[in-house]
Amino acid sequence: MSADCETWVALSALQHLLYCERQAALIHVERQWREDVNTASGRLLHERVDLPGHDARVGRRVERAVLLGSQRLRVSGRADMVEYQRDAKGAGWRPYPVEVKRGRRKAGEADRVQLCAQALCLEEMHGVDVPEGALFYGVEHKRAAVRFDAELRQRTEDAIARMHEVLRRQEVPVVVRAPRCDGCSLEPLCLPGVTAGQRSAQDFLTRWMDEAG
Amino acid sequence: MTTALNTLFITAEGTRLNKEGECVVVTVQDQKKAEVPLRHLRSVVCLTRAWLTPELMESCLEAGIHVSFFGMTGRFLARVEGVPGGNVLLRRQQYRAADDIARSVAISRALVVGKLGNARQFVLHARRDAAPERQEALSETARRLSEHLRALTRVEDLEQVRGLEGIAARDYFESFPALLKKSAQGFEFDGRNRRPPRNPLNAMLSFGYALLAQDCAGALAGVGLDPAVGFLHEDRPGRLSLALDLMEEFRAPVVDRLVFSLVNRGQLKPGDFRTESAGAVLLKDDARKTFLVAYQEAKQVGVRHAFLGQETTWGMAPHLQSLLLARHLRGELDGYPPFAMR
Repeated sequence: MSADCETWVALSALQHLLYCERQAALIHVERQWREDVNTASGRLLHERVDLPGHDARVGRRVERAVLLGSQRLRVSGRADMVEYQRDAKGAGWRPYPVEVKRGRRKAGEADRVQLCAQALCLEEMHGVDVPEGALFYGVEHKRAAVRFDAELRQRTEDAIARMHEVLRRQEVPVVVRAPRCDGCSLEPLCLPGVTAGQRSAQDFLTRWMDEAG
Repeated sequence: MTTALNTLFITAEGTRLNKEGECVVVTVQDQKKAEVPLRHLRSVVCLTRAWLTPELMESCLEAGIHVSFFGMTGRFLARVEGVPGGNVLLRRQQYRAADDIARSVAISRALVVGKLGNARQFVLHARRDAAPERQEALSETARRLSEHLRALTRVEDLEQVRGLEGIAARDYFESFPALLKKSAQGFEFDGRNRRPPRNPLNAMLSFGYALLAQDCAGALAGVGLDPAVGFLHEDRPGRLSLALDLMEEFRAPVVDRLVFSLVNRGQLKPGDFRTESAGAVLLKDDARKTFLVAYQEAKQVGVRHAFLGQETTWGMAPHLQSLLLARHLRGELDGYPPFAMR
């Protein structure tokens, strides 16, 4: 199999997938994306963080917008920020991923899974253990440390496998309208109230022709 | 998609556009004329030679803002857009449907239902404000359009759909003289003519339809459909057949309505047009600007989407219709529901 035949999962897709499988397919299979106020302000926040380069303090090095990938899991993307901390044993630098999020801490596991996927990439790329990272929330302006335990790692690998399956099927699953749709920036493109046979275009046309008659 | 997605028209010779922060800054002869946030824009239309910085071009392409260029005579030259939206799979579905006679007939019929239904609604609206002696003619047009709508349920092949559409269009255009107020002197209409238009009304219709076609092409491309492969309109080299298909339902409520309101309110007068020696009639520069401003305003007007049951604007409508067509082609919707003017 040539390299071009392989499908890769974007790190950002994991978050979409955990929110809604249809959203993930709309973005990554159908390639629909739409910028609204939320994604624009998120992007601006990221642009400030994303500036490639690094700054240094004693025993610490920070790199931004770091390209990451795992050949084993076929997942790749960019980390907002990776801090490299001098190993206590003096054996080199230990990577510590930090993901920047607009807003406040959310109930779901999506942010933690995305961060853990970055850690899995870093482990493979550097050949070291990455036991911990952090999420930075814009509104709270606070960091929350995340431990990459066995359970989180498993959930992350499961999510990556599920996203591979979505990309392989190349179908956009039909989803019935749910409360989470109200908070979804893709709702106007998804039209959850229309699909899944909830509205009939045929009936609409027939009614229209009757009314005009 | 609650915001009206705007078009920035460039009409002044020597306009320069550059990016400052998240805004487009418009400068004419070193004078700052306007500043527009990028996220409010859907497209930039250059109707004259304009100068865009590479940085602005990059931001437009990244944000999915189309930039189109027209030649000095108003001829469409190019539309620059970023990575195509949508997916090759959707385009394959579109091509398969276009090759499938039964599906093409069903979609074409729906498009013509939209066209005739909205034309009829427009004529009925106009009748309300019309002088008594013109009301009869408009009622007659509405009646004929109803008849053609009913006949559509019985057509079986594409030629019949197209034939019926042609007859209905002729009947509809026959009502145009009755749509003019007495005060609108010098706007005689004896049928639709184009390439080139030979009177002011036809000049405005051609200009308006050209703008609408570009809006529809942009909306279709935005959801990943190929604007060149249509159903009602056959493929022709260089023709945006699907954009022409999509604009059918918007001709009357958007362009025709705009043209008659400009004329009937006296915003444009016969003196706003010039006739070339060979007989072509064109809008003078100021008239073109008046028309563009009015077109932009018409796109901001709110309207209810009958099928989706939500409020939108005329400017957003082609985008919603493109989405619904894509949903139908993908098999998520049992037909194409055209936009219904109420």
